[in-house]
Order: sequence, then structure tokens, then C-alpha cells
Amino acid sequence: MAFGAFGASPGAVEVDVTPARKSPVALLLLLPGFAYLALFFVVPFVSLVITSFQAPDPLGFGAPGEYVTAFRWENYTEAIVQFWPQIVRSFLYALAATAIALAIGYPLAYFIGVKLRRFKMLQALLLVMVIAPFFISFLLRTFAWKQILADNGPVVAVLQSLTILPDDARITGTPFAVIFGLAYNFIPFMTLPIYTSLERLDLRYVEAGGDLYASPVSTFFRVTLPLSMPGVISGTLLTFIPASGDYINASADFLGSAETSMVGNVIESWFLDLQAYPTAASLSIILMAVILLLVGLYVRRAGTKDLV
Amino acid sequence: MTAETASSGADLELDGVSKRFPGFTALQELNLTIPAGSFFALLGPSGCGKTTTLRIVAGLESPSDGRVLIGEQDVTRMPPHKRPVNTVFQSYALFPHMTILENVAFGLKRRGAKDANARAHEALRMVELDHVSARRPAQLSGGQQQRVALARAVVNRPALLLLDEPLGALDLKLRRQMQVELKDIQTEVGITFLHVTHDQEEAMTMADTIAVMNKGRIEQLGAPAELYELPRTAFVANFLGQSNLFTGPVLSSKGDAIVVDVAGRRVAVPTNRAQRHAGEVTIGVRPEKLVLHTEDPGSTAGVNVLGPGRVHDVAFSGVSTQYLVGIPGLGSVTVFAQNMVSGPVVADGAEVWVTWNVEHGFGLADEPAPEPRFDPDDDTQAIAIAQRRRIEAELEDA
Amino acid sequence: MRGGRVRLGSIGLGVYAALAFVLLLTPIVYTIVFSFNDTVKSNIVWRGFTLENWTSVCVVENGAVCAAFASSLLVGAVATVGATILGTAIAIALVRYKFRFRSAATLLIFLPMATPEVVMGAGLAAQFLAAGIQKGLGTIILAHVLFCISFVVVTVRARVASLDPAMEEAGRDLYASPAQVWWRITFPLLLPGIIAAALLSFALSFDDYIITNFNAGPAETFPLYVYTAAARGMPAEANVIASAVFILAIILVVASQLARAAREKRLAQN
Repeated sequence: MAFGAFGASPGAVEVDVTPARKSPVALLLLLPGFAYLALFFVVPFVSLVITSFQAPDPLGFGAPGEYVTAFRWENYTEAIVQFWPQIVRSFLYALAATAIALAIGYPLAYFIGVKLRRFKMLQALLLVMVIAPFFISFLLRTFAWKQILADNGPVVAVLQSLTILPDDARITGTPFAVIFGLAYNFIPFMTLPIYTSLERLDLRYVEAGGDLYASPVSTFFRVTLPLSMPGVISGTLLTFIPASGDYINASADFLGSAETSMVGNVIESWFLDLQAYPTAASLSIILMAVILLLVGLYVRRAGTKDLV
Repeated sequence: MTAETASSGADLELDGVSKRFPGFTALQELNLTIPAGSFFALLGPSGCGKTTTLRIVAGLESPSDGRVLIGEQDVTRMPPHKRPVNTVFQSYALFPHMTILENVAFGLKRRGAKDANARAHEALRMVELDHVSARRPAQLSGGQQQRVALARAVVNRPALLLLDEPLGALDLKLRRQMQVELKDIQTEVGITFLHVTHDQEEAMTMADTIAVMNKGRIEQLGAPAELYELPRTAFVANFLGQSNLFTGPVLSSKGDAIVVDVAGRRVAVPTNRAQRHAGEVTIGVRPEKLVLHTEDPGSTAGVNVLGPGRVHDVAFSGVSTQYLVGIPGLGSVTVFAQNMVSGPVVADGAEVWVTWNVEHGFGLADEPAPEPRFDPDDDTQAIAIAQRRRIEAELEDA
Repeated sequence: MRGGRVRLGSIGLGVYAALAFVLLLTPIVYTIVFSFNDTVKSNIVWRGFTLENWTSVCVVENGAVCAAFASSLLVGAVATVGATILGTAIAIALVRYKFRFRSAATLLIFLPMATPEVVMGAGLAAQFLAAGIQKGLGTIILAHVLFCISFVVVTVRARVASLDPAMEEAGRDLYASPAQVWWRITFPLLLPGIIAAALLSFALSFDDYIITNFNAGPAETFPLYVYTAAARGMPAEANVIASAVFILAIILVVASQLARAAREKRLAQN
């Protein structure tokens, strides 16, 4: 149910279909797509791994972008030593952003999916409003926040007048802005899978909880939350994974500064600007490895059946 | 009704058809011939293989062994869209994105019929749904959808029409109505119908011939009355209606009846209604054939007597009353008495005898299970009843 | 069913939701409002209302904005077609057919969704570099098809799974050849899911920055233009295009919802 929860339309009734036929048609259908994935996903990935082990060309006189195939493990150790702040920061920011997105997204999903169940038109309208940010370019959304949270913007002014913020403090360029930006961008990713789960929640379970002497709070934690867990997990994965690799929010052009750079920023600048491919590649692999670890834990728990 | 060119009803023959899936065998060596123009039912519990048989005839599955012949033509390797067979699916499978008319005309158009729409209208008139031909399936009720599914199949005048539990989703009243309608249409159009169902009443009402299936093979085949009055195995005896079955050794088999020792009494079964004539046999009689007596009826020629026993349950069900009579050494015997007068004739706890005419009994072909050495006294119901009687007796004494 | 009593908890939840919506919509409102800003160079401070940005959007900067927008549309269209075809085929095979290595296949489809864009972008760029392929619109399209396939599979798969196989069996039973079953029954019934997948794919492609940045070379799509423009204060033309796309998208979505509601009402009446 992981990523499928995002794509499935609520209300689609799944007929229990046992894959009946073994047929050459299956191969015909699968081959083009998988060939494409193999060529443009697997091969580049392998290529990336190879690049991550490359060494500077001894004959290249240090020319940028010149590397030879080697088995230089030191690329990894050097990358970790040099960039461990960014690596740790990336996952911490992603974790914080996921938590905030959950705190905003779950009640939102609950409100629309449970409380408004009798008002179908209103539900549809509010769902559109949840997805609406997607229709504006993601860069422009982030830029808008940069202006709104700027030093001379309204938010800082209000917070300073309420003395929540000291007079010389700022929001943009701080981790708070980056985390906020990340959380904001992923609220829809968190809300929609949870909504799908909650929309299908049979309210009679909640009533049964009340019938069996559980208070509303207790019913929520013991009945509603566990039943909506597939959606929560989907949303968490869909948020945390892209967030950890994001670098737009953290870039100095938007909500971040040099002190908030994440792994993505490093990879981008070292790949495109410095052409330091091996380092960039090894950082990519490290990022990927941590994410695969998390996905692996999920798959171990829930199997691959519901992944797609 | 214009007669169609090709076969209007053809023989269906299954020759040694078997179907194996990894892990289990669905059909074992099925041999079956269905004469053209008849209404044939495949009856059995879920998992007995009846739906698999249907799908093999339709061409949606291939048999592991054996052949399928429709009107002498071997269609075993033919894909479904080339067979002269149409199916009414359990879920109706009406195409939701087409109108009713387009649904019914679908098969005709695929075969290139020029007057497809006209014939579709005709078929819809036959099921009295021509007035909804422009609607979508979602706008019809379950019963209406079922009739459209039927029209969609029949309009193609197939040699063979397959029905996969088509009445399962309908409520009782509608089901009764549709049973009559289906039978009428079949007689009118003359197509061979193969009807798959688990509802024995439905099969008996509609079919000319029934094949009772169990665990991938046919247990018995015959006309409904024959199957009901003369079941050959315990499965058929219990699946079609209810039976009282008794086991005992054959005491004598001379003449035109065998005599079996049933709990000390001599019970006779006509020889031509008994499959086995020696050793331990299981014999039976239908509950509605039993008569209750509140006094010992004595012995009469041509009548079997069992008892005395005690009535331990009376259940009124409108048309009849069901009595459960406990007879020592036999357990519970079920008696259906038609309610000729109001109220039960016999009260709970009364001492009764049961009798039936000898010619109503039947003998099964099964080997009976070995007799337990000790009397089963762990029947919780019997224990509870005995306990209650004891307490009642104590209270009375007190 | 609970009665319609509004409890304190519900009110609190409603207020919370309202605040969440305010949060969600704030940047959108900001972007649209500032598309009407009478700017000189940078679009950071509000100076006044004007329609000039909207009327001359394709004129300023030698039409760079509109060129980038056109490139995005082209890339989006081609990538959508490619990803939808490949992805739909996979989705059908996944649900309807039995084949070996199912787990591995599922993982391979899932992984692009789980891979950070940085990693995918870098990997593809490294690959194009190694293969000596010139970066440009072509490489962008190849990259976009890649990350859209998985989303198409997920969306269409849900639709295929909810399709009663008895429909296709009924088609075969009614003399339709396998090709006819596909065109007259399966495809029309899958179409809503395929369209949803195509729209999702287009949206993902249109808004993509990171992977595009790694693989664009000299080519410029709208997000690429916006990123470089952000450094110099985001010209209002960017806001104009973004707002136009937003309004169009909202109109489409609302219209389709209304159409569906009207259709359902009509069905229920009969």
C-alpha cells in the first residue's frame, strides 16, 4: 500500500484477482518498460557506483573532470569525513520536516476524510485545495515563502512586535526556514495517503470503541490511529525520502544559507560546478544507501506485494 | 421467433475431462453427455468443480486431459470467441461503459450481423426491458441486470447457454420469478441450458437432468425426482434435501426386499431400491415420508416401524412442522409433518413411534463407516437433555 | 451514525484545518498577486497594480520566459506519452499475468520513486557523460520518462485491479477476438485511470527542477528559467506564467469534478 495509496482513488473497490494467466503476452507488456528502466535507471546507477570509486587521472595534470576507473575506497571515507555535518543535517531536517508535515497533515486528513464524510462536494473541494500548491511551480512557492519570511517582510515584523523574535534575528537562512519550507512542500504528500486510509475507515469501529467504554482520545489512539497506519507510513516515506535529498529549500537562493547546506547542495555543486564527480557520486551512494536501508526495513515488515 | 441458422441446441459431451491446478485436482475424469435442447443442472457445494467445468466448456480454461465436444465438434483447443457457446456470468459482467442496447448487440456485431440492433431490441422485448435500452447498467436494478445478461447471451442463438449461478444475488421472491422465466425462455427458444448452482431447490425446480458433483467428480446423474427419491450415495442423500440414514447388517435378502437390522428392529427396503444387498449397509428414508404415532402401531405388512422414542424438538416452519425424535440406539430421527391442521400434533417430550412405507426407503452404495465399539455417550445435547430431565425429576420429587 | 452535533473537538479541528489551508494557499496568493506588481527590475517589493506583465509576458527578455514555457510543454507532452504507454503496459502485466521475479520487478518499479532526485539526476548525467551523449531537450525527455513511469504504474495499477476480469471474459465469450476485447472493453474501462496517470505524469514533468538541471545542458525549461531568475529577484513574468498555469489547472479540476457530480446525479435519478 506504500506508494499505491498515493495513486489509488478513494472508493476504488479492489476485486480480488489472482493473477491467472501465464502468457507470453506478459513478457511483451513488461519488456519495453523494464528495458527502459534497466537502461536509464539501473545502468546509470551502476555507472554512479563506478564513478564513486574513480580516482583523478594521474596523467591529466589535475584537469577538472578527468578521472580514471579505479577502486578508490577513500572517496567514501573522505566524503564522510568532510561532509558528515551535511549528511546528518539532511536527515535531521528531513525528520523534523516529516514530523511537522504529519502534525499538520493528519488532522487535516482526519477533518476532511472523517468529519466531512457526509459532504462529498465539500470533501472534493477541500481536496483540491490541498493539492492546489502542486499547480504552482514548486520554485515559485518556495520563493514566495522566502519573501514572506524575509527580514523586511510581514511575518518577521509581527513576530518581532510580539517579542517572540529578538530584534536582530532572522528567519530566512536559518534551519527553521529550511525545515519549514521542506515541511510545507510535502504537506500534500503526507495528507493524501492518510486521507485515503481515513476515508475508508469504517466509522463503526470508532462507535464500537465508544460502546466498549473507551474515551474519544483512547478510541483515537487504540482504534483510529492503528487502522490508518498504512496511510501514515506511506505519507512518511513519501515525505522523508525526497526531503532528505532536497536542496532547493536549503540553498542560499531560497530559504537557506551556507550554514544550512544539505547533502543535496553538496552533490549539486560538486557535480555541476566543480566537476568533482567521484566525490559527488560517493555522496549520492551514501544518501541512497541510508534510504534503501529504511525501505528495506519497511519491505521486511510489509513485503513487496503492496509496494506498488 | 425467427429460427437461427446454426445449431439451435446441440449435444454437449465431456470425454474424460480432468483439470489439475498446482496443489489440487479440481476435476477428475469427468464424463458427461447433455442432450440437445435440455435444461441441465450441475449441482454441488462450493469447491466441487462445477464452475471449473463451466469455464472449460466456455473455453475460459483448458482441461488438463480430455476432450470437449459440442454437437460432434471437438472444441477443446478452440478459443472462447470461436465457440458457439454463451455465458451468463454470476456477476452479470455487463459492460458499464456501454448502453443496454450496445451490451445486448455486442456479440452480434462481433460476428458481423447486419441487423444487430434490431435483433437486440427483439431480445430485450423478450425479457420485457426494451424500454431501458438507452440506459447504462448502473441505472438498472439487480433483477433487471440479470435479465439483460440473459438477453445478451440468448440473442446470439448459441448451441449451448451456460449459466453460472445467475440467480445468486437476487432476493427470494425475485429468484422464484426468474426461475420460472428462465425455464419458459428455454422451452421457447430450445437452446441447451447448462446451469451451475449450489441451490438444490433451484436445480430441482428448473432442470430436466441434474448432475450432483462432489470433489471433482459426478456422484449421481438423473432426473430431479429420481435423484431425490433414490439417492445412491450419502452425499447425494444429504445434499438434496434431508435424509434419515441408518446403518445395520443385512439379515436376509431373499425375495423382493432386503431386511436390515436397525437398532433391533427389522427394516425392509425393496431390492430394486437398494444398491447393496449384503454385509453392513446404510439405508435411508426422507423425513416427509415418516408418520408419527403416539401409540404403538404394531406390525403391518409393507410398513416399517421404529421406536418407541421421545420427541425432543418441535420446530414450526409454516408449511410443515419438523420433529426430532430420539430413538435409543439410533440417535435423532427427523420427521417432517405437513401442517394439515393448526398447531403441532405431537408435543415435545411425547413418546412416539415412526413408520413409513417400505417402498419409500432406499439403500446407499456407500461402505458405511465402522461401527464405534462403544455407544457414543459424549453427545453434549443428549447429556444436557438427560441432565435437565434428572433435575426436573428431582424437583418433582421435592 | 453520529448525530450532527458539533462538539468542541470538531470545532477545534475545523479551526486547525482552516489555519492549515491558509498556510497552504498563502504562497499561491502571493505569487498571483505579485504577478500584477508594477516592477522595475526585481519583484520583491510591491509597487503598484498593473496588467502590463500579463500582456507583455512573451515580449520581455526576448521572449525567454515563453520559450522556456514552450520547452516545458513540449518535454511534458512527449515524456507523458512515453511514460504512459510504458507504464500502462507494466501495470496491466502486473495485475493480470503471472510471471517469475515478481518481487524483483516490483522493487525495480518502486525504486525510482524512492530515489532522491539528486541521485537520479547525477546518475543520469554521469551516464550521458560517459556515453558521450550531448545534453539537451532530448536528454531531459529521457530523464522525465524515467521518473514518470513508476507513478503511471502505480496509478493505472489501482484502476486495473478494480476491473472485474469477468468483463473481459464476457467479451471473449461474446465472440470478441483478443484485440477487440482490448479496444472495446479493457481500454475504455481503463481510460479514466490512464488519463489520471497522464495528468500526474505531465504535472511531475512540468514542475521538475532537480533532475532537469542535471541533464539539461544548454536547454531551458520553465523551472530552470525560474531558478536562475530567482537569483535576480524573480521577474514578474515568471509569476504570470505560473499563475496562468495554476488558474487553468484549477479550472480543469473543478470542471471535471462538477461534470462527475452531474453525471452521478443523472444516474441516480434514473
